[in-house]
Amino acid sequence: MALLSKKDANLILDPLADNNPITIQVLGICSALAITAELKASLVMSISVIFVMGVGNVVISLMRNLIPSKIRIIAQLIVVATLVIVVDQVLKAFAYELSKTLSVFVGLIITNCIIMGRFEAFALGNGVWRSFLDGVGNALGYGLILVMVGFFRELLGAGTLFGIPVLGDPIAKTGLYSIGYENNGFMIIPPAALIVVGVIIWVQRSRNRALIEEA
Amino acid sequence: MLEHIELFFKSIFIDNMVFAVFLGMCSYLAVSKKVATAVGLGAAVIFVLAVTVPLNWLLDQYLLRDGALAWLGPEYADYNLSFLSFIMFIATIATMVQLVEIVVEKFSPSLYNSLGIFLPLIAVNCAILGGSLFMQARDIPSLGLALNYGISSGIGWFLAILAIAAIREKIRYSNVPPPLRGLGITFIITGLMGIGFQSFGGMLTGDNDPPETTEQTTAEKIEEEKIIKEEIDDKKAVSYNDVINE
Repeated sequence: MALLSKKDANLILDPLADNNPITIQVLGICSALAITAELKASLVMSISVIFVMGVGNVVISLMRNLIPSKIRIIAQLIVVATLVIVVDQVLKAFAYELSKTLSVFVGLIITNCIIMGRFEAFALGNGVWRSFLDGVGNALGYGLILVMVGFFRELLGAGTLFGIPVLGDPIAKTGLYSIGYENNGFMIIPPAALIVVGVIIWVQRSRNRALIEEA
Repeated sequence: MLEHIELFFKSIFIDNMVFAVFLGMCSYLAVSKKVATAVGLGAAVIFVLAVTVPLNWLLDQYLLRDGALAWLGPEYADYNLSFLSFIMFIATIATMVQLVEIVVEKFSPSLYNSLGIFLPLIAVNCAILGGSLFMQARDIPSLGLALNYGISSGIGWFLAILAIAAIREKIRYSNVPPPLRGLGITFIITGLMGIGFQSFGGMLTGDNDPPETTEQTTAEKIEEEKIIKEEIDDKKAVSYNDVINE
Protein backbone atom coordinates (compact mmCIF):
# COMPACT_ATOMS: atom_id res chain seq x y z
CA MET A 1 0.00 0.00 0.00
CA ALA A 2 1.23 3.43 -0.86
CA LEU A 3 -0.66 5.10 1.92
CA LEU A 4 0.84 3.06 4.74
CA SER A 5 4.40 1.88 5.10
CA LYS A 6 4.80 -1.78 6.01
CA LYS A 7 5.57 -0.92 9.62
CA ASP A 8 2.47 1.21 9.91
CA ALA A 9 0.31 -1.43 8.29
CA ASN A 10 1.48 -3.92 10.89
CA LEU A 11 0.12 -1.63 13.60
CA ILE A 12 -3.33 -2.33 12.20
CA LEU A 13 -2.89 -5.94 11.14
CA ASP A 14 -1.09 -7.36 14.20
CA PRO A 15 -3.92 -6.86 16.69
CA LEU A 16 -6.33 -8.60 14.33
CA ALA A 17 -4.67 -11.96 14.79
CA ASP A 18 -1.41 -12.72 16.57
CA ASN A 19 -1.59 -9.90 19.06
CA ASN A 20 -5.33 -9.75 19.51
CA PRO A 21 -6.33 -7.65 22.52
CA ILE A 22 -8.91 -10.15 23.79
CA THR A 23 -7.44 -13.56 23.06
CA ILE A 24 -3.74 -12.78 23.54
CA GLN A 25 -3.30 -9.59 25.57
CA VAL A 26 -6.32 -10.42 27.81
CA LEU A 27 -7.61 -6.86 27.82
CA GLY A 28 -11.10 -5.48 27.59
CA ILE A 29 -13.08 -8.58 28.33
CA CYS A 30 -15.12 -6.73 30.92
CA SER A 31 -17.53 -4.82 28.78
CA ALA A 32 -17.21 -7.15 25.83
CA LEU A 33 -19.02 -10.31 26.72
CA ALA A 34 -22.25 -9.20 28.29
CA ILE A 35 -23.60 -7.57 25.14
CA THR A 36 -22.74 -10.25 22.60
CA ALA A 37 -26.04 -12.12 22.65
CA GLU A 38 -27.07 -10.18 19.54
CA LEU A 39 -24.95 -9.39 16.52
CA LYS A 40 -26.31 -5.87 16.20
CA ALA A 41 -25.32 -4.90 19.73
CA SER A 42 -21.84 -6.37 19.20
CA LEU A 43 -21.39 -4.36 16.03
CA VAL A 44 -22.49 -1.09 17.60
CA MET A 45 -20.26 -1.71 20.60
CA SER A 46 -17.30 -2.37 18.28
CA ILE A 47 -17.91 0.83 16.34
CA SER A 48 -18.15 2.82 19.58
CA VAL A 49 -14.87 1.37 20.80
CA ILE A 50 -13.16 2.05 17.45
CA PHE A 51 -14.23 5.69 17.69
CA VAL A 52 -13.16 6.09 21.33
CA MET A 53 -9.82 4.33 20.80
CA GLY A 54 -8.93 6.16 17.61
CA VAL A 55 -9.75 9.63 18.87
CA GLY A 56 -8.53 8.93 22.40
CA ASN A 57 -5.14 7.71 21.23
CA VAL A 58 -4.74 10.84 19.09
CA VAL A 59 -5.66 13.15 21.98
CA ILE A 60 -3.36 11.38 24.45
CA SER A 61 -0.56 11.34 21.92
CA LEU A 62 -0.96 15.09 21.34
CA MET A 63 -0.86 15.72 25.10
CA ARG A 64 1.87 13.23 25.88
CA ASN A 65 4.45 15.90 26.68
CA LEU A 66 2.06 17.94 28.79
CA ILE A 67 0.74 15.30 31.20
CA PRO A 68 2.73 14.95 34.44
CA SER A 69 3.36 11.26 34.88
CA LYS A 70 1.98 11.18 38.45
CA ILE A 71 -1.55 12.14 37.50
CA ARG A 72 -1.60 10.56 34.06
CA ILE A 73 -4.19 7.94 35.00
CA ILE A 74 -6.73 10.57 36.02
CA ALA A 75 -5.93 12.62 32.90
CA GLN A 76 -6.47 9.55 30.71
CA LEU A 77 -9.70 8.67 32.47
CA ILE A 78 -11.06 12.17 31.89
CA VAL A 79 -10.23 12.00 28.16
CA VAL A 80 -11.95 8.62 27.78
CA ALA A 81 -14.91 9.64 29.88
CA THR A 82 -15.49 12.71 27.71
CA LEU A 83 -15.38 10.64 24.51
CA VAL A 84 -17.68 8.02 26.00
CA ILE A 85 -20.22 10.68 26.98
CA VAL A 86 -20.23 11.78 23.32
CA VAL A 87 -20.85 8.19 22.18
CA ASP A 88 -23.57 7.72 24.78
CA GLN A 89 -25.40 10.90 23.80
CA VAL A 90 -25.18 10.05 20.10
CA LEU A 91 -26.57 6.56 20.75
CA LYS A 92 -29.38 7.96 22.87
CA ALA A 93 -30.26 10.43 20.14
CA PHE A 94 -30.13 8.15 17.10
CA ALA A 95 -30.56 4.58 18.39
CA TYR A 96 -32.52 4.82 21.61
CA GLU A 97 -33.65 1.18 21.70
CA LEU A 98 -30.12 -0.04 21.22
CA SER A 99 -28.77 2.26 23.90
CA LYS A 100 -31.30 0.69 26.30
CA THR A 101 -29.98 -2.75 25.40
CA LEU A 102 -26.38 -1.71 25.95
CA SER A 103 -27.39 0.15 29.16
CA VAL A 104 -24.43 0.56 31.50
CA PHE A 105 -22.02 -1.18 29.17
CA VAL A 106 -21.52 1.97 27.11
CA GLY A 107 -20.32 3.64 30.29
CA LEU A 108 -18.05 0.74 31.00
CA ILE A 109 -16.05 1.49 27.84
CA ILE A 110 -14.31 4.02 30.13
CA THR A 111 -12.77 1.29 32.22
CA ASN A 112 -12.22 -1.00 29.25
CA CYS A 113 -8.68 -2.16 29.88
CA ILE A 114 -7.79 -2.07 26.18
CA ILE A 115 -8.13 1.67 26.12
CA MET A 116 -6.04 2.36 29.21
CA GLY A 117 -3.60 -0.35 28.16
CA ARG A 118 -3.00 1.17 24.73
CA PHE A 119 -2.76 4.70 26.16
CA GLU A 120 -0.10 3.55 28.58
CA ALA A 121 1.75 1.24 26.26
CA PHE A 122 1.61 3.16 23.01
CA ALA A 123 0.07 6.63 22.83
CA LEU A 124 2.21 8.05 25.63
CA GLY A 125 5.37 7.26 23.69
CA ASN A 126 4.52 7.62 20.02
CA GLY A 127 3.51 10.16 17.42
CA VAL A 128 -0.03 11.07 16.47
CA TRP A 129 -0.43 9.13 13.20
CA ARG A 130 1.07 5.93 14.57
CA SER A 131 -1.02 6.20 17.75
CA PHE A 132 -4.14 6.60 15.65
CA LEU A 133 -3.31 3.48 13.65
CA ASP A 134 -2.52 1.55 16.81
CA GLY A 135 -5.80 2.60 18.40
CA VAL A 136 -7.88 1.70 15.37
CA GLY A 137 -6.03 -1.58 14.91
CA ASN A 138 -6.57 -2.71 18.48
CA ALA A 139 -10.18 -1.65 18.46
CA LEU A 140 -10.67 -3.60 15.22
CA GLY A 141 -9.12 -6.68 16.80
CA TYR A 142 -11.48 -6.28 19.74
CA GLY A 143 -14.44 -5.74 17.43
CA LEU A 144 -13.53 -8.81 15.40
CA ILE A 145 -13.82 -11.10 18.41
CA LEU A 146 -16.99 -9.35 19.56
CA VAL A 147 -18.65 -9.80 16.19
CA MET A 148 -17.54 -13.43 16.01
CA VAL A 149 -18.98 -14.20 19.44
CA GLY A 150 -22.15 -12.26 18.63
CA PHE A 151 -22.51 -14.11 15.32
CA PHE A 152 -22.32 -17.58 16.86
CA ARG A 153 -24.45 -16.76 19.89
CA GLU A 154 -27.26 -15.18 17.89
CA LEU A 155 -27.13 -17.81 15.14
CA LEU A 156 -27.09 -20.83 17.42
CA GLY A 157 -29.18 -19.34 20.21
CA ALA A 158 -32.00 -17.70 18.31
CA GLY A 159 -31.50 -18.76 14.68
CA THR A 160 -31.32 -15.14 13.55
CA LEU A 161 -28.69 -12.65 12.37
CA PHE A 162 -29.35 -8.93 12.98
CA GLY A 163 -32.81 -10.09 14.07
CA ILE A 164 -33.59 -11.67 10.67
CA PRO A 165 -34.35 -15.40 10.77
CA VAL A 166 -31.78 -17.23 8.66
CA LEU A 167 -32.32 -20.84 9.67
CA GLY A 168 -36.04 -20.93 8.97
CA ASP A 169 -38.95 -20.53 11.33
CA PRO A 170 -38.68 -22.51 14.61
CA ILE A 171 -42.45 -22.55 15.18
CA ALA A 172 -43.67 -23.25 11.66
CA LYS A 173 -40.82 -25.77 11.27
CA THR A 174 -39.40 -24.52 7.99
CA GLY A 175 -35.81 -24.56 6.78
CA LEU A 176 -33.35 -26.36 9.05
CA TYR A 177 -36.01 -26.81 11.71
CA SER A 178 -37.93 -29.16 9.42
CA ILE A 179 -35.18 -31.74 9.77
CA GLY A 180 -35.23 -31.61 13.57
CA TYR A 181 -32.85 -28.73 14.34
CA GLU A 182 -33.57 -26.89 17.60
CA ASN A 183 -32.36 -23.52 18.90
CA ASN A 184 -29.74 -23.87 21.59
CA GLY A 185 -31.17 -21.74 24.42
CA PHE A 186 -27.89 -22.31 26.20
CA MET A 187 -26.13 -19.84 23.92
CA ILE A 188 -28.30 -16.96 25.07
CA ILE A 189 -27.39 -17.10 28.77
CA PRO A 190 -24.38 -14.96 29.78
CA PRO A 191 -21.84 -17.71 30.65
CA ALA A 192 -22.03 -19.09 27.11
CA ALA A 193 -20.10 -16.03 25.92
CA LEU A 194 -17.13 -17.12 28.01
CA ILE A 195 -17.25 -20.61 26.61
CA VAL A 196 -17.43 -19.31 23.03
CA VAL A 197 -14.39 -17.08 23.63
CA GLY A 198 -12.61 -20.05 25.22
CA VAL A 199 -13.24 -22.08 22.09
CA ILE A 200 -12.04 -19.23 19.84
CA ILE A 201 -8.81 -19.12 21.87
CA TRP A 202 -8.52 -22.88 21.53
CA VAL A 203 -8.89 -22.74 17.74
CA GLN A 204 -6.50 -19.82 17.39
CA ARG A 205 -3.79 -21.44 19.47
CA SER A 206 -4.14 -24.78 17.75
CA ARG A 207 -3.51 -23.03 14.44
CA ASN A 208 -0.57 -21.00 15.72
CA ARG A 209 1.36 -23.10 18.21
CA ALA A 210 3.78 -20.25 19.04
CA LEU A 211 1.01 -18.66 21.11
CA ILE A 212 0.61 -21.56 23.55
CA GLU A 213 1.22 -20.62 27.19
CA GLU A 214 3.69 -22.45 29.37
CA ALA A 215 1.76 -22.83 32.63
CA MET B 1 -34.41 -5.06 57.31
CA LEU B 2 -35.78 -7.69 54.97
CA GLU B 3 -34.88 -5.66 51.90
CA HIS B 4 -31.31 -5.37 53.18
CA ILE B 5 -30.99 -9.13 53.51
CA GLU B 6 -32.58 -9.65 50.12
CA LEU B 7 -30.28 -7.16 48.39
CA PHE B 8 -27.28 -8.66 50.16
CA PHE B 9 -27.84 -12.20 48.94
CA LYS B 10 -29.07 -11.05 45.55
CA SER B 11 -25.91 -9.07 44.84
CA ILE B 12 -23.62 -11.84 46.02
CA PHE B 13 -25.18 -14.82 44.28
CA ILE B 14 -27.77 -13.88 41.68
CA ASP B 15 -26.35 -10.69 40.18
CA ASN B 16 -22.78 -11.75 40.82
CA MET B 17 -20.39 -9.18 39.34
CA VAL B 18 -18.29 -11.73 37.52
CA PHE B 19 -20.71 -14.48 36.55
CA ALA B 20 -23.83 -12.51 35.69
CA VAL B 21 -22.51 -9.26 34.23
CA PHE B 22 -18.80 -9.97 33.55
CA LEU B 23 -17.44 -6.98 35.43
CA GLY B 24 -13.82 -6.81 36.46
CA MET B 25 -12.86 -9.64 34.15
CA CYS B 26 -9.45 -8.18 33.26
CA SER B 27 -8.04 -8.25 36.76
CA TYR B 28 -10.06 -11.38 37.48
CA LEU B 29 -8.10 -13.21 34.78
CA ALA B 30 -4.77 -11.51 35.34
CA VAL B 31 -4.46 -11.75 39.13
CA SER B 32 -6.03 -15.17 39.73
CA LYS B 33 -2.92 -17.33 39.39
CA LYS B 34 -2.36 -17.58 43.16
CA VAL B 35 -4.85 -17.68 46.01
CA ALA B 36 -2.86 -15.26 48.21
CA THR B 37 -2.78 -12.43 45.67
CA ALA B 38 -6.39 -13.09 44.73
CA VAL B 39 -7.40 -12.60 48.37
CA GLY B 40 -5.49 -9.30 48.47
CA LEU B 41 -7.14 -7.92 45.36
CA GLY B 42 -10.56 -9.20 46.41
CA ALA B 43 -10.29 -7.46 49.79
CA ALA B 44 -9.23 -4.22 48.09
CA VAL B 45 -12.23 -4.42 45.75
CA ILE B 46 -14.68 -4.88 48.65
CA PHE B 47 -13.11 -1.94 50.42
CA VAL B 48 -13.16 0.45 47.46
CA LEU B 49 -16.69 -0.54 46.43
CA ALA B 50 -17.90 0.04 50.00
CA VAL B 51 -16.50 3.59 49.83
CA THR B 52 -17.32 4.63 46.27
CA VAL B 53 -20.86 3.30 45.82
CA PRO B 54 -22.39 5.30 48.72
CA LEU B 55 -20.38 8.36 47.68
CA ASN B 56 -21.58 8.15 44.10
CA TRP B 57 -25.10 7.54 45.40
CA LEU B 58 -24.93 10.91 47.18
CA LEU B 59 -23.57 12.55 44.02
CA ASP B 60 -26.34 11.03 41.97
CA GLN B 61 -29.09 12.02 44.41
CA TYR B 62 -27.99 15.59 45.08
CA LEU B 63 -26.21 16.66 41.88
CA LEU B 64 -26.83 14.56 38.82
CA ARG B 65 -30.28 13.07 38.49
CA ASP B 66 -33.31 14.85 37.05
CA GLY B 67 -34.39 17.53 39.50
CA ALA B 68 -31.60 16.69 41.95
CA LEU B 69 -30.57 20.32 42.27
CA ALA B 70 -33.95 21.31 43.76
CA TRP B 71 -32.32 21.75 47.17
CA LEU B 72 -30.50 24.82 45.78
CA GLY B 73 -33.78 26.57 45.21
CA PRO B 74 -36.89 26.13 43.04
CA GLU B 75 -35.28 27.70 39.93
CA TYR B 76 -32.79 24.81 39.75
CA ALA B 77 -35.42 22.08 39.87
CA ASP B 78 -35.50 21.57 36.09
CA TYR B 79 -31.84 20.72 35.63
CA ASN B 80 -30.88 17.21 34.61
CA LEU B 81 -27.14 16.64 34.70
CA SER B 82 -27.25 12.86 34.40
CA PHE B 83 -25.26 12.94 31.15
CA LEU B 84 -22.29 13.96 33.31
CA SER B 85 -22.49 10.89 35.50
CA PHE B 86 -19.73 8.90 33.72
CA ILE B 87 -17.15 11.62 34.19
CA MET B 88 -18.25 12.40 37.76
CA PHE B 89 -18.25 8.75 38.82
CA ILE B 90 -14.87 7.97 37.34
CA ALA B 91 -13.36 11.12 38.84
CA THR B 92 -14.73 10.18 42.27
CA ILE B 93 -13.37 6.68 41.93
CA ALA B 94 -9.91 7.75 40.81
CA THR B 95 -9.71 10.34 43.59
CA MET B 96 -11.01 7.96 46.25
CA VAL B 97 -8.58 5.25 45.25
CA GLN B 98 -5.71 7.72 45.50
CA LEU B 99 -7.01 8.96 48.86
CA VAL B 100 -7.53 5.48 50.23
CA GLU B 101 -4.00 4.60 49.18
CA ILE B 102 -2.54 7.58 51.05
CA VAL B 103 -4.64 7.02 54.18
CA VAL B 104 -3.91 3.31 54.35
CA GLU B 105 -0.21 3.93 53.82
CA LYS B 106 -0.18 6.45 56.67
CA PHE B 107 -2.20 4.57 59.27
CA SER B 108 -1.71 0.89 58.56
CA PRO B 109 1.56 0.05 56.84
CA SER B 110 0.91 -3.68 57.17
CA LEU B 111 -2.42 -3.41 55.37
CA TYR B 112 -0.74 -1.17 52.82
CA ASN B 113 1.87 -3.80 52.15
CA SER B 114 -0.76 -6.41 51.44
CA LEU B 115 -3.23 -4.19 49.55
CA GLY B 116 -0.99 -1.41 48.29
CA ILE B 117 0.12 -2.79 44.96
CA PHE B 118 -3.46 -3.56 44.00
CA LEU B 119 -4.96 -0.18 44.73
CA PRO B 120 -3.81 1.61 41.54
CA LEU B 121 -5.07 -1.36 39.52
CA ILE B 122 -8.48 -0.88 41.01
CA ALA B 123 -9.15 2.59 39.60
CA VAL B 124 -9.53 1.01 36.19
CA ASN B 125 -11.32 -2.13 37.36
CA CYS B 126 -14.69 -2.27 35.61
CA ALA B 127 -16.28 -3.79 38.71
CA ILE B 128 -15.86 -0.52 40.58
CA LEU B 129 -17.36 1.77 37.93
CA GLY B 130 -19.89 -0.95 37.13
CA GLY B 131 -20.98 -0.99 40.79
CA SER B 132 -21.76 2.73 40.64
CA LEU B 133 -23.45 2.55 37.24
CA PHE B 134 -25.66 -0.37 38.25
CA MET B 135 -26.47 1.42 41.49
CA GLN B 136 -27.71 4.32 39.34
CA ALA B 137 -29.50 2.13 36.80
CA ARG B 138 -31.34 0.12 39.46
CA ASP B 139 -32.48 3.17 41.43
CA ILE B 140 -31.23 2.02 44.81
CA PRO B 141 -33.54 3.96 47.16
CA SER B 142 -31.43 4.79 50.23
CA LEU B 143 -27.86 5.43 51.37
CA GLY B 144 -27.92 2.36 53.62
CA LEU B 145 -28.93 0.13 50.72
CA ALA B 146 -26.24 1.70 48.54
CA LEU B 147 -23.61 0.84 51.15
CA ASN B 148 -25.06 -2.66 51.39
CA TYR B 149 -24.98 -2.98 47.60
CA GLY B 150 -21.32 -1.87 47.47
CA ILE B 151 -20.19 -4.31 50.14
CA SER B 152 -22.21 -7.29 48.94
CA SER B 153 -21.25 -6.99 45.29
CA GLY B 154 -17.64 -6.68 46.48
CA ILE B 155 -18.06 -9.92 48.40
CA GLY B 156 -19.52 -11.56 45.30
CA TRP B 157 -16.47 -10.52 43.29
CA PHE B 158 -14.17 -11.70 46.09
CA LEU B 159 -15.82 -15.14 46.13
CA ALA B 160 -15.49 -15.45 42.37
CA ILE B 161 -11.78 -14.58 42.21
CA LEU B 162 -11.04 -16.79 45.23
CA ALA B 163 -12.77 -19.75 43.61
CA ILE B 164 -11.05 -19.38 40.24
CA ALA B 165 -7.63 -18.90 41.89
CA ALA B 166 -8.07 -22.10 43.87
CA ILE B 167 -9.13 -23.98 40.75
CA ARG B 168 -6.21 -22.60 38.75
CA GLU B 169 -3.74 -23.69 41.45
CA LYS B 170 -5.11 -27.23 41.23
CA ILE B 171 -5.43 -27.35 37.46
CA ARG B 172 -1.71 -26.91 37.07
CA TYR B 173 -1.39 -30.63 37.81
CA SER B 174 -3.94 -31.64 35.20
CA ASN B 175 -3.31 -32.61 31.64
CA VAL B 176 -5.00 -29.79 29.74
CA PRO B 177 -4.69 -29.81 25.92
CA PRO B 178 -1.79 -27.42 25.13
CA PRO B 179 -3.75 -24.83 23.08
CA LEU B 180 -6.25 -24.46 25.91
CA ARG B 181 -3.65 -24.02 28.64
CA GLY B 182 -3.75 -20.80 30.63
CA LEU B 183 -6.30 -18.40 29.25
CA GLY B 184 -8.52 -20.77 27.28
CA ILE B 185 -9.30 -23.19 30.08
CA THR B 186 -9.81 -20.32 32.52
CA PHE B 187 -12.48 -18.87 30.24
CA ILE B 188 -14.26 -22.18 29.94
CA ILE B 189 -14.11 -22.88 33.69
CA THR B 190 -15.49 -19.42 34.40
CA GLY B 191 -18.30 -20.13 31.97
CA LEU B 192 -19.12 -23.38 33.73
CA MET B 193 -19.01 -21.68 37.13
CA GLY B 194 -21.34 -19.02 35.74
CA ILE B 195 -23.81 -21.69 34.70
CA GLY B 196 -23.57 -23.08 38.23
CA PHE B 197 -24.25 -19.66 39.71
CA GLN B 198 -27.32 -19.30 37.50
CA SER B 199 -28.96 -21.95 39.61
CA PHE B 200 -29.07 -19.44 42.48
CA GLY B 201 -31.60 -17.55 40.36
CA GLY B 202 -34.46 -19.40 42.00
CA MET B 203 -33.20 -18.64 45.50
CA LEU B 204 -35.36 -15.59 46.15
CA THR B 205 -39.04 -16.23 45.71
CA GLY B 206 -41.74 -13.59 45.76
CA ASP B 207 -41.56 -10.42 43.73
CA ASN B 208 -38.01 -10.56 42.51
CA ASP B 209 -37.67 -8.58 39.32
CA PRO B 210 -36.05 -10.33 36.40
CA PRO B 211 -32.36 -9.33 36.18
CA GLU B 212 -31.77 -6.51 33.74
CA THR B 213 -29.26 -8.15 31.47
CA THR B 214 -29.80 -8.02 27.74
CA GLU B 215 -29.59 -11.79 27.49
CA GLN B 216 -32.59 -12.17 29.72
CA THR B 217 -34.65 -9.78 27.64
CA THR B 218 -33.78 -11.57 24.42
CA ALA B 219 -34.67 -14.89 25.98
CA GLU B 220 -37.91 -13.46 27.27
CA LYS B 221 -38.76 -11.95 23.90
CA ILE B 222 -38.27 -15.29 22.20
CA GLU B 223 -40.28 -16.99 24.93
CA GLU B 224 -43.12 -14.47 24.53
CA GLU B 225 -43.14 -14.84 20.78
CA LYS B 226 -43.34 -18.60 21.19
CA ILE B 227 -46.24 -18.33 23.61
CA ILE B 228 -48.14 -15.95 21.32
CA LYS B 229 -47.58 -18.14 18.30
CA GLU B 230 -48.59 -21.21 20.27
CA GLU B 231 -51.78 -19.47 21.33
CA ILE B 232 -52.54 -18.64 17.73
CA ASP B 233 -51.80 -22.21 16.73
CA ASP B 234 -54.07 -23.46 19.53
CA LYS B 235 -56.87 -21.22 18.33
CA LYS B 236 -56.40 -22.44 14.80
CA ALA B 237 -56.45 -26.01 16.02
CA VAL B 238 -59.63 -25.34 18.02
CA SER B 239 -61.45 -23.74 15.12
CA TYR B 240 -60.27 -26.55 12.88
CA ASN B 241 -61.67 -29.07 15.35
CA ASP B 242 -64.91 -27.13 15.51
CA VAL B 243 -65.19 -27.27 11.76
CA ILE B 244 -64.60 -31.00 11.81
CA ASN B 245 -67.12 -31.49 14.57
CA GLU B 246 -69.71 -29.53 12.70
